[in-house]
Amino acid sequence: MKLTLKYFASLRESLGAGGPLEWSPEAAPTAAALRAWLRTQSPAHAQALAPGRAVRVAVDQALADESMTLRDGAEVAFFPPVTGG
Amino acid sequence: MAASRVRIQEADFDAGAELAALQGTRTDIGALASFVGCVRGHTPEDDISALTLEHYPGMTERAIESMIVEAEARFGVQAALVIHRVGRLQPGERIVLVAVAASHRRAAFQGCEFLMDYLKTHAPFWKKESTPQGERWVDARVADDEALRRWGLASANAPGGVPASANASGEVPTPDAAADAP
Repeated sequence: MKLTLKYFASLRESLGAGGPLEWSPEAAPTAAALRAWLRTQSPAHAQALAPGRAVRVAVDQALADESMTLRDGAEVAFFPPVTGG
Repeated sequence: MAASRVRIQEADFDAGAELAALQGTRTDIGALASFVGCVRGHTPEDDISALTLEHYPGMTERAIESMIVEAEARFGVQAALVIHRVGRLQPGERIVLVAVAASHRRAAFQGCEFLMDYLKTHAPFWKKESTPQGERWVDARVADDEALRRWGLASANAPGGVPASANASGEVPTPDAAADAP
């Protein structure tokens, strides 16, 4: 499936801004499964997206639970907890 | 109107002028409330020489717009404006304006506080502090999640605030030390 991946803040500094992604999920294509697959892509990904790290996810520009099933063409963003205001 | 009531910009703003514009020529507005957030020059640990704000273009505007719709529905807010600055800011500079117009003060005060509490935990902005020890990303605060919960809204933004439910990834509330390294 085709996705658009985005990273922000400390994750952007570690992994870059993201971009188009072709992903062939082996099971249900959830945000959690995508995060787990991304961890296998490089040591930097494994560290930045480690299970113990506070990482939030947005799907199609709305905050989402990691259990959300991704649709083909979705925009998926990973970032640390927000700190605006 | 919907397009211009959420503004993400590098430039400063004039809160007085924005409040006047929000009221306009309407005579059904009995109350204007506003909040202005500014850059502090100190934390308990350090002096801050600058604050750099990053955001998620597109999602930011959508998220805040939906918060305003919610404030209108909950409190009878008649009009609202949110301006949030991004980029590099110096101590003392304004960061954010939330301005709310309503018939009566209670709706205006509540709508303004609600929008700030919501924004702190759900709008995709990130702050980075420049200190004598280097740069570091600001940690999210559990107190901000708790502030939103007073309005009956769940929030699990900060690490360590809410166990289990929001942590489908098996996340544990450990300090995010590596992310904060200079």
